[in-house]
Amino acid sequence: MSILSKHKIIETNATLLMVLSLVVVAIGGIVEIAPLFYLENTIEKVKGMRPYTPLELTGRNIYVREGCYTCHSQMIRPLRDEVERYGHYSLAAESMYDHPFQWGSKRTGPDLARVGGRYSDQWHVNHLTDPRSVVPESIMPGYGFMLKAKLDGKYVADMVKANAMVGVPYTDEMLTEAQADFLAQANPDADSDGLLERYGKTAQVRNFDGQPELTEMDALIAYLQVLGTMVDFSTFEADASR
Amino acid sequence: MSNPDDNLNPNDPNTTGHEWDGIKEFDNPLPRWWLWTFYATIIWGVAYLFLFPSIPLINGATPGFLGYSSRADVAADMQKYVDANAAVDQRIAAVDLDQIVGDEALLNYAMNGGAAVFKTRCAQCHGAGAGGFKGYPNLVDDDWLWGGTIEDIYTTISHGIREASDDDTRYSEMPKFGEILEPAEISELVQYVLALSGQNHDADAAAKGKVLFADNCAACHGEDGTGDRDQGAPNLTDAIWLYGGDAATLKESITNARFGVMPAWAGRLSESQIRQVATYVHQQGGGE
Repeated sequence: MSILSKHKIIETNATLLMVLSLVVVAIGGIVEIAPLFYLENTIEKVKGMRPYTPLELTGRNIYVREGCYTCHSQMIRPLRDEVERYGHYSLAAESMYDHPFQWGSKRTGPDLARVGGRYSDQWHVNHLTDPRSVVPESIMPGYGFMLKAKLDGKYVADMVKANAMVGVPYTDEMLTEAQADFLAQANPDADSDGLLERYGKTAQVRNFDGQPELTEMDALIAYLQVLGTMVDFSTFEADASR
Repeated sequence: MSNPDDNLNPNDPNTTGHEWDGIKEFDNPLPRWWLWTFYATIIWGVAYLFLFPSIPLINGATPGFLGYSSRADVAADMQKYVDANAAVDQRIAAVDLDQIVGDEALLNYAMNGGAAVFKTRCAQCHGAGAGGFKGYPNLVDDDWLWGGTIEDIYTTISHGIREASDDDTRYSEMPKFGEILEPAEISELVQYVLALSGQNHDADAAAKGKVLFADNCAACHGEDGTGDRDQGAPNLTDAIWLYGGDAATLKESITNARFGVMPAWAGRLSESQIRQVATYVHQQGGGE
């Protein structure tokens, strides 16, 4: 028991105790965290995922700014009741371009991971302006001011660039055309060929809020309408081992 | 000063030998229940390590001897209910729609299943009680844009309203009369529609509006304004309004037209689920 008697040295030396505690905790952390960066099942590649368009990314920032994540999760767990209600369970890859991810931890309102395409744009305008007008039992606050908050996309390229810096694979063309793409997506009369070529067919082009100006409402609805729609689950096959 | 040792009884256990500011500590053994629980958790932990996916290696974590997978689990859980309901689901998908209502077992299943689908997919727009909201039709009254037989309801649910991805979707396109008529003419039309629905109106303007109505509106809404379900043109003579029947709302509706949308559920829901919810809606009181 000579090694146990040495324990007294650690117990009576606070600095040594702290350093060694840190070493022990670090080992646990490395074993749990490091494999997430290389294990196949945590970095599963899924067809269809693409970076957010500048307009969607702006909507995402508004979502974060307004704290939507405090009441809405974006994480459908692999449980039958959730899959029946919200759709296919969320895949890790579906939040790969989220910085930070919006999984959330509380559902005062419903999960939004697959809200895209589930409601009409007009419904979102009605609901965000006055939630009680379509869901009488809702306790969500109204966000009607977004209809008046006009956006010109002056700094949108910087926002896209910031996301590129943390690893989202935006091409140089996406960066230089960011403001043009931003304006084109909410204007059905604009030339959106470049936008669709860069971001693919899951980029939706239309006047989201139904009024002529490009507003925060356009951006937020564009973001909500793309949530969970990038992966085509009619062709996705879940690897059961994951 | 008392000597701490004086307080010890002869039967007390030994002390640890340490002393802090005159305080000594008994060297009692750990409570047995605590110690054995502790050993049990260690055994549990080791067993868990081998039975479930655990230790991350180079290409993947050790799979564990039980072969547990959350994905396989949820797939099996879903399949269990698909299998359990397979027989009745197949019957519902196979029989004629109006036979579901006549068959007590099928009706009971369809009403419960349809209610679940309705609450999950439809209530957000049509309301939990199917009473609708401004711009989202009430499904419990007897006023239908596209028809209230169970086949009509089934078709609407399957193909949606103005759903671009569905070739058979229901589509009506009222022109934006703000681009066709003068504001004064629209005001006269409004007065005529108010007259049609038995509301207070300006008789002179309504008389002028009647001519405009015959030229511009009657093709879809009918000579008498009772609408045409084949085209999704609403009845203008009753007191039921989707967006509102007051002068200001009518003016807005005529000027800019209204284009409500509903998703096509074919493909998103199973054939059986669509038939269940069609039955459920049909049975809410307004079904024809």
